Amino acid sequence: MISLSQVHKRYPGGYEALSNVSFEVAQGEMAFLTGHSGAGKSTLLKLVAGIERPNSGSVLVNNQNVGVLKSSALPYLRRNLGIVFQDHKLLFDRNVFDNVMLPLQICGFDHKESAQRVRAALDKVGLLKREKANPIALSGGEQQRLCIARAIVNRPTILLADEPTGNLDADYASDIMTIFKSFHQVGVTLLISTHDTGVLQAHDKVRILNLKQGVLQSNSSTHSLS
Amino acid sequence: MKRFITQHLRVMRVAIARIFNPPLAGLLNTLVIGIALSLPAGMYVLLQNAQGLVLQLSGIPQISVFMSLDSRTDDIEALRKSLSQNPAIDHLEFVPKDQALQQLKQSTGLADVIGGLEKNPLPDAFIVRPKAGTAEFLDKLRIEIAKLPKVELAQLDSAWAYKLEALLKFANLAVLILASLLSLALIAITFNTIRLQILTQRDEIEVSKLIGASDGFIRRPFLYFGALQGLLGGCTAYLIIFISLILLNHPLANLSQLYASQFSLNPLGLTDSLSLLVFSLYLGWLGAWLSVARHLNQIEPR
Repeated sequence: MISLSQVHKRYPGGYEALSNVSFEVAQGEMAFLTGHSGAGKSTLLKLVAGIERPNSGSVLVNNQNVGVLKSSALPYLRRNLGIVFQDHKLLFDRNVFDNVMLPLQICGFDHKESAQRVRAALDKVGLLKREKANPIALSGGEQQRLCIARAIVNRPTILLADEPTGNLDADYASDIMTIFKSFHQVGVTLLISTHDTGVLQAHDKVRILNLKQGVLQSNSSTHSLS
Repeated sequence: MKRFITQHLRVMRVAIARIFNPPLAGLLNTLVIGIALSLPAGMYVLLQNAQGLVLQLSGIPQISVFMSLDSRTDDIEALRKSLSQNPAIDHLEFVPKDQALQQLKQSTGLADVIGGLEKNPLPDAFIVRPKAGTAEFLDKLRIEIAKLPKVELAQLDSAWAYKLEALLKFANLAVLILASLLSLALIAITFNTIRLQILTQRDEIEVSKLIGASDGFIRRPFLYFGALQGLLGGCTAYLIIFISLILLNHPLANLSQLYASQFSLNPLGLTDSLSLLVFSLYLGWLGAWLSVARHLNQIEPR
């Protein structure tokens, strides 16, 4: 469950990234955050993940106010979130398997159990055969899927994705949307940002939050694109 | 609990892998720390040995009390009485001047010269063995005895040994200062090594923070690394000292044979060896801790 109420975010230098944003994404819901580059989509996701803090207003994630959370409590919030980063943030000093292993090491799972979970996650995104490869050897689409595998290996209740289809061609993009849809079906709450409304056509009934220059324009629960 | 142990074992493996990767840099670091530690520790070993030697040589201190030449039998008896009443004196021996002359004739081979003397030039003497005490206590006793009537001279036989001991105390202080300085150097070495590591692992730290790693989780491998590197440095220092002593002992045996005595350098004792290792481990950990505290919160995910 994600709930924002009258959120303002101003960066040093006076640039207002978000102004007076309020919305709610219910548990198990799949919502898309749309808008042009610079509309504040990334900033909004960063607020939810506790990477940035709002100047005013409240950001509730699973009934915790992220904006006023102590730094020492942030790690435990993030363990319940899966984050798919725009720039992937993969580690190139280790192979695919170990990249996905990292969140489980952080939570302290024993090796045998985590190996099973890692393989399950890689299987889900179709990278099981590449587990020994270095991420640098993967294509852009594969890197994106690896990032998704790392985000879900911990079985989070909320998945945030920042431009997951950003630089991918249509086929790859629809693959990835299919993966997200399968998470939606098992009850994961998803908040996905995209500037590419084309990918939404495959989903006839979706929740769309449209941002324009930091202001929430439309908040439709069953928006259909035609 | 099992999870806790698994995590720490994994961090331990990571730290060990980092020390020997690249192998040469890790080896050089260990060597630098080892040499830095072996200097004060080695000097400490030499001092310990010298102190042992001084104790062995000085043995039980004695005070020789020479009476004035004109002392008569009743003066001698009066002095014996007052000396034996002194609670600081353990044992008392009287050496009459005739006996002393005989001893001198026998031991020095100057029988002809001494035989030519008109009268005995030696005074009557007491050899006083005081109860054990500090150099200060013995000196006070000597002065006290020197003030007694008919005492010409009271001499503390082992005075030189006490002077040497005072000198060794001074040297001890010098070693302590050196040890403190080189400990600081060790902390600085670890601090810098960890700083470089944090810089090269920047991506991993950032990603780990983003996916829910606590500060403790991120800090742990660096602290383990520092402690382990310190410990390895301590082991190197121990080896350096051990080998040096073996090398020194051979010529020393020849030397002490020339002086018709048996003397060899003892290696570090068990307690001292353990202290060396624990101390080096602690210093490495401290350097790492300072470095991590200083540099880790500069890396905030954006």
